[in-house]
Amino acid sequence: MKFTLSWLKEHLETDADARTIAETLTNIGLEVESLEDRGAALKDFIVAHVVSAEKHPNADKLKLCRVDTGSDIVQVVCGAPNAHTGMKGVFARPALVIPSSGETLKISSIRGVESRGMLCSERELLLSDEREGVIELDPAAEPGTPAARALGLDDPVFDVAITPNRGDCTSVVGIARDLAAAGLGRLKSTEVAVVKGGVPSPLGITLNFPPDAQDACPIFAGRFIRNVRNGPSPGWLQKQLRAVGLRPISALVDVTNFIANDRGRPLHVFDAHKLAGGMQARLARDGEIVTALDGKTYALDPETIVIADDKRALSIAGVMGGGDTGCTETTRNVFIESAWFDPQRIAATGRKLGIQSDARYRFERGTDPEFVVPGLELATRLILEFCGGEAAESVVAGSPPPWRREIAFSARHVRRLAGIDLTLSDISKILVSLGFAVEGDPEMRVTPPSWRGDIAGSADLVEEVVRIHGLDRIPAAPMARTHAVARAVLTPPQKRTRLARRTLAARGFNETISYSFIPRAHAALFGGGGELRQLENPIAADMDALRPSVLPSLLAALARNAARGFAEQMLFEIGAQFESGMPGAQTLAAGGVRLGSAARSWTKDTHNADAFDVKADMLAVLESAMGGTMTAPVKAGAPGWYHPGRSGTLALGSKVLARFGELHPEILAAFDVKVPASAFEVFLDAIPEPKAKGRTRGLFQPSQFPAVERDFAFVVDANVTADDIIRSACNVERSLIERVDVFDIYEGAGVPEGKKSLAISVRLQPRDRTLTDAEIEAVAQKIVSAVMKATGGTLRT
Amino acid sequence: MSDIDSLERQILDAIDNAADEAALETVRVSALGKKGSISELLKSLGAMSPEERREKGPLFNGVRDRVAAAIAERKTVLARLKLDARLAFERIDVTLPPRPELRGTIHPVSQVQDEITAIFADLGFAVAEGPDVEFDEYNFTKLNIPPDHPARQMHDTFYVSRQTDGARHVLRTHTSPVQARVMLSQKPPIRVIVPGRTYRRDSDATHTPMFHQVEALVIDEETHLGHLRWVVEEFCSAFFEVERIELRARPSYFPFTEPSVEWDMRCDRSGGQIKFGTGNDWLELGGSGMVHPRVLEMCGIDPSRYQGFACGFGIDRMAMLKYGAPDLRPFFESDLRWLRHFGFAALDLPTLDGGLSR
Repeated sequence: MKFTLSWLKEHLETDADARTIAETLTNIGLEVESLEDRGAALKDFIVAHVVSAEKHPNADKLKLCRVDTGSDIVQVVCGAPNAHTGMKGVFARPALVIPSSGETLKISSIRGVESRGMLCSERELLLSDEREGVIELDPAAEPGTPAARALGLDDPVFDVAITPNRGDCTSVVGIARDLAAAGLGRLKSTEVAVVKGGVPSPLGITLNFPPDAQDACPIFAGRFIRNVRNGPSPGWLQKQLRAVGLRPISALVDVTNFIANDRGRPLHVFDAHKLAGGMQARLARDGEIVTALDGKTYALDPETIVIADDKRALSIAGVMGGGDTGCTETTRNVFIESAWFDPQRIAATGRKLGIQSDARYRFERGTDPEFVVPGLELATRLILEFCGGEAAESVVAGSPPPWRREIAFSARHVRRLAGIDLTLSDISKILVSLGFAVEGDPEMRVTPPSWRGDIAGSADLVEEVVRIHGLDRIPAAPMARTHAVARAVLTPPQKRTRLARRTLAARGFNETISYSFIPRAHAALFGGGGELRQLENPIAADMDALRPSVLPSLLAALARNAARGFAEQMLFEIGAQFESGMPGAQTLAAGGVRLGSAARSWTKDTHNADAFDVKADMLAVLESAMGGTMTAPVKAGAPGWYHPGRSGTLALGSKVLARFGELHPEILAAFDVKVPASAFEVFLDAIPEPKAKGRTRGLFQPSQFPAVERDFAFVVDANVTADDIIRSACNVERSLIERVDVFDIYEGAGVPEGKKSLAISVRLQPRDRTLTDAEIEAVAQKIVSAVMKATGGTLRT
Repeated sequence: MSDIDSLERQILDAIDNAADEAALETVRVSALGKKGSISELLKSLGAMSPEERREKGPLFNGVRDRVAAAIAERKTVLARLKLDARLAFERIDVTLPPRPELRGTIHPVSQVQDEITAIFADLGFAVAEGPDVEFDEYNFTKLNIPPDHPARQMHDTFYVSRQTDGARHVLRTHTSPVQARVMLSQKPPIRVIVPGRTYRRDSDATHTPMFHQVEALVIDEETHLGHLRWVVEEFCSAFFEVERIELRARPSYFPFTEPSVEWDMRCDRSGGQIKFGTGNDWLELGGSGMVHPRVLEMCGIDPSRYQGFACGFGIDRMAMLKYGAPDLRPFFESDLRWLRHFGFAALDLPTLDGGLSR
């Protein structure tokens, strides 16, 4: 909402300057987005009269001017070709700072002649790029007066952000009222005198709504004016409209724009000659077509209100006028429409048709139902004044929608919500100044004014009171501590997430956060890409699918960084992956990718990031999240984005906790990653909650007896897994076998084709005695036979 | 000099002259070995008379002990000499770089989220979370934003395609739907913060289609605007780690709060860096207000008994301000150079005792 200071002063008697007004507006909830005061930068520049302009005695292209500043006559050397005797210009005295250069003007001698000031160009004042000549002002400008006024720049322009609840402040008068309530002046009378009509209206109005839509348009008023002449509107009106960014069109149109901005009352003026019979407001017929002012044709539905004549719908009520019934230069007879429409219906229509208009903006925020008729009268008065003509009597169908309601209120409400004690008279004074009717003491009955449809209950009244009283005058009040020493607040899943994150960073991973939506083609590679995970209105074509995994985001990042020359990367993200577009159909995944080998290190002990690197990462995440050892078995295989032979899955029953492995070469190719990369995914939500165990640790009982290590090498089929061997060895004597480690794997000479040698080291830890050789031998035999039985292998000799 | 003395002298000289362990071993065998000279002497004791044995025994044993001690001592010296020689030979170029290790980092958004959590946890706020895809009902209607309310235009909403149940859900445009979820599932008193990803169809240097918000919600029987001011003040002072900050409260409008307040913080932007608590500029912090009675009602809480506030901040924005990141977009672009520049070490877990930042 834009307005000028002078426009505001039409409604507000005030001595406050623009800056104070702007600060006050912001403080009472009408946030000033900008205060444009171009005049302020020019406040010391004045109008001067060029008494004479003659050739410089020592230069052909310079002029020697005698300039009347209103208080003295000074000599100025000027290089502008357009400087001439008798003109009025903008004069800068020595010591002024010139806006374009930022330099201070000095008395100088130019080609031997003293120059005591300067006539300015638009460029020098930063008004435009025009540097060819000096500014030539209106000949009527008075020497010595501020140049800003002569330039029409002395009227600061405010731009205020109006929140959706303040329909009343989409008008200058509404803003003036709030400022007056805030103590910044006195609101002038807003009464509008009625214009008597000469003849009965030749056009009638009817409201034509079904019983269930009576509230769509409860009142519709109109006025017929004959014999107008539609030319340009007066200069003052054009100037105000231009200042607030509106283009003057013609007197009839400008009047409606003026009243919309001045009073928040949208109007429409029809060319009565183009109307066929009586006017009516009604719901559109399904598919009914209106060509609007923007030149577009809109097909309407029966929820939409239209203004129609006997034959057809003419305009989309409250949203946009019709294209072919508007006023032109040749318009002679007009019909002014002023109505009140249901804000929700207007909002719905605007949204469905995709139309943003000043009318919609105001109607959907709620207009003053009591100003429908006065608005019409004001328009009539201005049209008669600007365009002449004879007004017929007003016609009004229906009546303003009921708006009176009483709200019970008291100082207690203010204390309860705002924490401050205000007297009844303080409260009442504020409310009355905003137009509210207040009765009762100490229990008040408050009736909001017709223009404040947003006020529904006591909380709204508290807001009115505190915003005018001053929000900053509410002192801070400490909240009671719930516990003297703060308690831990994170839930187990929240703690797990934090541990997972910091564990990965400690392992050398860089945390990333990427968009939850990715290209559909990428989603499809990771089991997504279906209809249910599509965005209806993506911001970009390649951000259209909810991601089914965090890995595609990481791979895209990997590729981008690789292209920048990062040959080694470890990236992770902890974020949601989506199973569908249903709320809650998402799981929290910690995913990581590793790329590269440090191959260019002088140490040479390097390898490509492989499945065992990411297996370690995966286990580290799981174990830090669980706070214990992960004993669930890893099974070979993982979804299709992994290398089928070099990937694994860790599950508890049917619940997949994590997966890891080298990425499938086709996946890498799809992301343009040129070297092998490995990845893991841990599903943090799937990790079981630790069993509540208390904080004390178990007894510490180290064995007093020596442990014994024995090594075994087995020749087994190549497809036998390490896990098969380890588990069968472990199960031999669980109380004695402390651990089993694989320390060698060999395939090649000495081992038959299709077989491999796998060597394990078994640590026996007795707890109650020292093992004898015979006992050790017996356990060793059991291990050998158990492994051989389980794997079909043989002991390597 | 007796024969015994000269034998001892001879052996001790040989020990001193032994140049390496092998030579020393030869000396040891020739003296103390089975057939060694001292061993022979000790054997001769057996053939002596008791008187003679009493005289010679201590003598011979003394010789043996001294020789053994000298051998042990010489052995230590020789081992030391050998080690010194080896160490003198073993040299590396210590200026070479160590084995390569990548240094991991925590994303500034996670870090700032942990900082915010640490502060609010001290004030007794738990952390609540909710889904990214949200019911229209929770994102809007329960927050007093009915369909076609003009405030919906303030949210550039992303819609997910129609689901099998025929419904069309939204990517939550703010963290406030979690307020509704919390109020519907917990009884007052409530103190929670809600951090998380939020989405709006908007993109420029200061807007990305995904961003992070955190909001605080308090519901009890007495919390009012003064408490709200206190919490915002204490939070900002703790978060920005400045002793004194100055806030400005501006009336505003949010459909789910009444009265509604926006907060600005005094700052100084002169000199290219932002300083808080001083200067002549105001920095927009975030929106807040007393939870609207209709929202309480729709969430099953009796507004005649309970009240409270909600306030929200942008996590990314807080991170940008505190750590001097000028542009929002790189937050979500995973550029390693940026991640390393703005990231935090794994062990930089913010705590109130150690300070939120280093």
